[in-house]
Amino acid sequence: MAKHTLNPDLWVDRYADYLFNYAVSRVDDMELAKDLVQETFIAALQSAVNYKGEAAERTWLIAILKRKVIDHYRRSNTKKGMAEVKVAFSPQSDQEGDWLEQMAADPESVRENDAIETEELGLAIQSCISQLPEKQARVFVMKTVQGMSTEDVCKELDINPSNLWVIIHRARTALMGCLNQIWFN
Amino acid sequence: MITCDEAVTICDKNQYREAGLRQRWQLWMHLLICKHCASYSRKNRRLSELCREAKMRQLSDQEKEHIRKNLDEARGS
Repeated sequence: MAKHTLNPDLWVDRYADYLFNYAVSRVDDMELAKDLVQETFIAALQSAVNYKGEAAERTWLIAILKRKVIDHYRRSNTKKGMAEVKVAFSPQSDQEGDWLEQMAADPESVRENDAIETEELGLAIQSCISQLPEKQARVFVMKTVQGMSTEDVCKELDINPSNLWVIIHRARTALMGCLNQIWFN
Repeated sequence: MITCDEAVTICDKNQYREAGLRQRWQLWMHLLICKHCASYSRKNRRLSELCREAKMRQLSDQEKEHIRKNLDEARGS
């Protein structure tokens, strides 16, 4: 299997929006989501030495973000006061220690389920966009998500309109292929 | 009659409401006789729908710049 490498210089450009959309879908709070993305990058940087190159960069970053989301819910549960956490004692659990805290997970955490994840449209699209070549992704997002005019995009990227439409066409074709199985049926 | 290349470009522009009336007419005529482009056109429209439904969120350039700065600082330390 090919080894993956980390390119922290490109993280923000490549993954910030993807991670941000993921975070928003989990915590439903834009500011908090932004902070989690920031924390994820910092944590990734700190544990970069442990990166073995077995998972793709993005997969690895998402795994860290998931931890951050769980940590967030754990923290907010703690704040509410452990005394309030009244859970039915789980018969199969006889562990000592902080298991109570672990069981008081966010009710939404069922969303951590991978099968459900793939059904989340925004993330699916974002994920496909992040697999596009840099320039295609940028032009597609400017036109489609930000709704910029062709003129403005051309000016900002210093390209001509026919150039832009070629790029858009490649991006759209690639996205159709990427999203095909799940969303086009 | 327009070529498939032209039809596809008009179809792309049309997703952003940037195809003129005449172009849309030409596209329409082309789609009647070209299965290939008709299929592309269907998928293209679907992609536009999906993108609208998805309500994708973007971090602004300033927000990204801010994250980048903090990241650089963390790397420096």
